[in-house]
Amino acid sequence: MIRKLMQGNEACAEGAMKAGVDFFAGYPITPSTEIAEILSRRLPQAGGKFIQMEDEIASISAIIGASLTGFKTLTATSGPGFSLKQESIGFAIMTEIPCVIINVQRLGPSTGAPTLTSQGDVMQARWGTHGEHTIITLCPASVEEVYYLTIMAFNFSERFRTPVILLLDETIGHLRESIDLEKYDHIKILNRQKPWVSPDKYLPYATEAGEPPPMAPFGEGYRYHVTGLVHDESGFPCTGNHAAIDKLLKRLNNKIIAYLDEITLYQEVKTEDAEHLVIAYGAAARSAASAVALLRREGVRAGLLQLQTIWPFPEKLIYQKSLGKKTVLVPEMNLGQYAGEIKKVLKDKTLLVPISQIDGQLLQPRKIMAHLKGEEKHA
Amino acid sequence: MIMIKSVEQRYDIRLSGTGGQGLILVGIILAEAANLEGKYVVQTQSYGPEARGGASRAEVIISNSPIGFLMVEEADIFLALSPEAYTKYCYRVKPRGIIVVDEQVNPKLYLTKVNVFPIIRTAREDLGSEIAANIVALGVITVISGILNISSVEKALMARVPPHTIDLNLKALHKGCALGMERVKSEEVEKL
Amino acid sequence: MPKLFNVKKYLRMDKMPHIWCPGCGNGMVMSAFLRAVDTLQLNPDKVVVISGIGCSSRITGYLDFNTLHTTHGRPLAFATGIKLANPALEVIVITGDGDATAIGGNHFLHTCRRNVNITLIVINNRIYGMTGGQYSPLTPKGENAATAPYGNIEPELDMCKVAEAAGATLVARGGTSQPVLLEDLIIKAIENRGFSLVEVLSQCPVYYGRLNKKGNVVEMLKWQKENTVSVKDVNKLAPGALKGKVLTGVLAAHYRPEYTEEYEKIIKIAQGK
Repeated sequence: MIRKLMQGNEACAEGAMKAGVDFFAGYPITPSTEIAEILSRRLPQAGGKFIQMEDEIASISAIIGASLTGFKTLTATSGPGFSLKQESIGFAIMTEIPCVIINVQRLGPSTGAPTLTSQGDVMQARWGTHGEHTIITLCPASVEEVYYLTIMAFNFSERFRTPVILLLDETIGHLRESIDLEKYDHIKILNRQKPWVSPDKYLPYATEAGEPPPMAPFGEGYRYHVTGLVHDESGFPCTGNHAAIDKLLKRLNNKIIAYLDEITLYQEVKTEDAEHLVIAYGAAARSAASAVALLRREGVRAGLLQLQTIWPFPEKLIYQKSLGKKTVLVPEMNLGQYAGEIKKVLKDKTLLVPISQIDGQLLQPRKIMAHLKGEEKHA
Repeated sequence: MIMIKSVEQRYDIRLSGTGGQGLILVGIILAEAANLEGKYVVQTQSYGPEARGGASRAEVIISNSPIGFLMVEEADIFLALSPEAYTKYCYRVKPRGIIVVDEQVNPKLYLTKVNVFPIIRTAREDLGSEIAANIVALGVITVISGILNISSVEKALMARVPPHTIDLNLKALHKGCALGMERVKSEEVEKL
Repeated sequence: MPKLFNVKKYLRMDKMPHIWCPGCGNGMVMSAFLRAVDTLQLNPDKVVVISGIGCSSRITGYLDFNTLHTTHGRPLAFATGIKLANPALEVIVITGDGDATAIGGNHFLHTCRRNVNITLIVINNRIYGMTGGQYSPLTPKGENAATAPYGNIEPELDMCKVAEAAGATLVARGGTSQPVLLEDLIIKAIENRGFSLVEVLSQCPVYYGRLNKKGNVVEMLKWQKENTVSVKDVNKLAPGALKGKVLTGVLAAHYRPEYTEEYEKIIKIAQGK
């Protein structure tokens, strides 16, 4: 085992290389720029392609285009750039073109504070693009998890033919920490399914048993049409066919939701006997881990559920883990974007305590602990 | 996931100065050295929009168990290479924490016991290069804190600096170590 | 007289009838494009046609190649991704004046500058047709549009001059009234190893024509013929005769290194070869 000191953004680039990324297009933006810098060096070494585009929209457009030729593609950005990319993320959802979008969150809105940490884009990741849709979003809490979840982001993207968002925060993106890369050698790298039928029989959006449709790369004899308009199995617009529209939008949702258990990644610490459950993600989960350890020392039975997959919302998991708990605490570096979702699951059966910190500093463990002060102590 | 089995035994180190003084590099070298010794370590930084000048801060947390909270609030070891940095961060040191400052920091500002070293002067006069001050400081805090072995710091340093500067940097490190050693021998510093 | 060939083999005939209005220039441009493809004997499996949003951008639905109907203004960015990923593909972007020069203006500049081997055909009908006749950067000053009821106060953009200044290596202008010339220009553009722009003067009788009392399609095409001058004839004209005329033909041709070929060199350097 060789533990290497690595920065979060570096681990993201390395994870992408491990997953087999062929193409990166991006635009410089703090605090994500290291990912582009590293890949500008690493990709051509491996025969891949890197391009710095003229803007954020061009970057996501370019990776969607490149993905259509069969490439695994990636772009990296932060808040303002993430906003600009939203329309094209919707295009990739609608056309089922795999690609990975990294958003290293900084404090917003607007230019905000480029070098300060935040988890303000949780809802934007979920609902940033217009229209009814479902999206996968992963959220690492350590440098090692950045590496692991970048690989998983590519795997999910290829497996489900959908854009996947990897939501880092400035703390994790710039954090240096030791990491054992070999630990993840066992992860199977997934690649999109190519069609097995001949070109004359190919229907680009025809599916079997709810699986995502096989995808033919442009240039290999399967001449077909890709459009952001609603389309039927043939790929051609069906704006006048309401049944086909309904079928398409539901299929785009179901192809992900049906595999929610497979997609939901999480970790837990001492949740079994916990009276108080902390649910956290990203850098705030590290603060929660400290808080739980300190509370346990004080005799308070606290536990941590750390979500690595935040979207689609792991409703069943949260319901099960919260069952019988006295309190569910949700520390976030926003004003309760995720706590609001959890509240819908808990209804009023369990006390929900949202814990917020939005001053650009990492959420402090004592903020979590303060809510359990005066709790009955257990040996 | 960070499986924190018990409360961490951690050392929180804050390195501060002016942007361009190379404090983030010092943080990275300390982190690399800790990693070489098999310790748990995280390194973070904060900086303003300036590439040179402005306030700069690097933080390193070294622990024998997995690290949860990633920020240094109150430091066990605090280094200030500029008066501005000292003024900004001196309130955030643990009661038994070690404070190391360059002699340029005005003694009138001292709130508590500080360890003053001619860090920048040593770099300028003995090494002919003020930019080596960060590595002199690295030597000082390596010895004074006693958390890491000098040999692992040397190894980490050699891996991180440009090859043609290794000699100068090793010299700077050893100068810093010597400054620290003198002070430790005189028992003015209470070891962590 | 344009050449005769089996146009149907390049079309998705089951997608007809198309959505374009009677008299629209889009079909004329599609026809010239397909004649060029046939003359060059391009392998349809290796041809990628990309469009943006607008009336003319619906062209990709009818062409039997690898076709991509993208977001508004971004077809060149998608095209850059495709061409860089697989330089063996013949990448052609067909879009309208609003898509290419307004919302897509930034991508237009930078694709010219990089000199990526892409052919851009801009069908310039001087108006936003699909949304109902609003003014575009190509609507001449003083003309009317759905959003310029008192006359347009913005001067029009010369996209050919912009393209040349930005670094495109082949810049040409043709029109729907000159189908043979147009076919020839598209051939030259596809053959150019670099970024090529073909601006096509076209007509929108339903919006631009109607709002500006330009008459029927025949009159609009006649106007086009009378107001264009071939670059080859510029020297033959009397001084002052060029005023108000639009130049057609190959307006600029330069050699500059092509982007994807330059990137292949980067790969060799990075791999230490």
